[in-house]
Amino acid sequence: MPALTEALISLLIVLGGVFGLVGSFGLIKLRDTMQRLHGPTKATTLGIGCVLIASMLYFIAVKGSVSFHELLITLFLFLTAPITANSIAKTYIIRNVGKKELPATGRRHGWSVYEDPPGAPESQPSPDVRAEA
Amino acid sequence: MITVAMLTAFGCFGLGLLFCLWRIAIGPDASDRILALDTMVINVIALLVLYGIWNGTAVYFEASMLVAMVGFVSTVAYCRFVLRGDIIE
Amino acid sequence: MIRRLIPHPLLSIVLALVWLGLVNTVTLGNLLLGAFLGLVVPMFTAPYWPNRPKLRRPLVAARYILIVLWDIIVANVQIAWIILFKRNADFRSHWINIPLELHSPEAITVLAGTITMTPGTVSAMLSADGRSILVHCLHTEDPDHERDRIKQRYEQLLKEVFA
Repeated sequence: MPALTEALISLLIVLGGVFGLVGSFGLIKLRDTMQRLHGPTKATTLGIGCVLIASMLYFIAVKGSVSFHELLITLFLFLTAPITANSIAKTYIIRNVGKKELPATGRRHGWSVYEDPPGAPESQPSPDVRAEA
Repeated sequence: MITVAMLTAFGCFGLGLLFCLWRIAIGPDASDRILALDTMVINVIALLVLYGIWNGTAVYFEASMLVAMVGFVSTVAYCRFVLRGDIIE
Repeated sequence: MIRRLIPHPLLSIVLALVWLGLVNTVTLGNLLLGAFLGLVVPMFTAPYWPNRPKLRRPLVAARYILIVLWDIIVANVQIAWIILFKRNADFRSHWINIPLELHSPEAITVLAGTITMTPGTVSAMLSADGRSILVHCLHTEDPDHERDRIKQRYEQLLKEVFA
């Protein structure tokens, strides 16, 4: 394998490791849960992205075959990280944060953890979408 | 050169797993523990992918994809359980 | 008729591509199987997803994706820097309320995901009527500036994409 490719792959692997470590380190360093949420959602996801790209380059360089699995895993992680972060934030808010500590919405309806949505109890498309359907 | 880089990365992710374990042990709230578990899953995926490079096989990608999916579903399930007291409504 | 057969054309294409990625070899058989999955799965799941999201401008969408990818990289370096070198006492964390101008659920989902993946902000929840989003900011001196930045940088583009 050419030295340049090897250097690039090594750099990506080390970068991934460092980002992963920083994300996990944030988990024990920061003080409250909402701050801790920032570390894993960003740093760790980019860390694993680096490792997966490195792996893809490695298999192209060694075996000469392109593998799409890494792309799929990266895509999956980038799509699911916000969803898990959102669920965890909601879990934290409902157990620990009072209504008064959050900024007001400035409208008739409050935040969804404390209030039921107006109208139908389940999904409610916004007015213009409903008119079109 | 790749060997050294990979050993470094193995060390980093392993240390990350220990940090997560520490947070699971002390975490003052359930949401901290869920977050630490989620981070653990991500670290494990990285370790699996690195191990795949180490052995030069693509077999471990299926494993890491399955771990990613199971990890995501279990995190959301934990959160729903804490939020609603029920997983499937 | 065509609308009943292919309720979500984009979803069909994505499903076929994901299937090809999963089996990892492009042969005629896999291509056919992927196309079959792409046709059948949206047909059977259409009742759960009645509105077809309208993607108006693919070029703007591509630009949006590039901007977000770049921001993700910048965000990670920033967050790593803050985690490593900032003392805990110096953190100024804020809750920010961002009123939304977007309407469709898909656009709001994309915006929430973008906010979580980009610098120093995590989207925590929506208001009950879905017209505001609550954002937690790791470190900022000026919450109002942060709100305006998100609205200008992401929401404007998303309004064009999901017009």
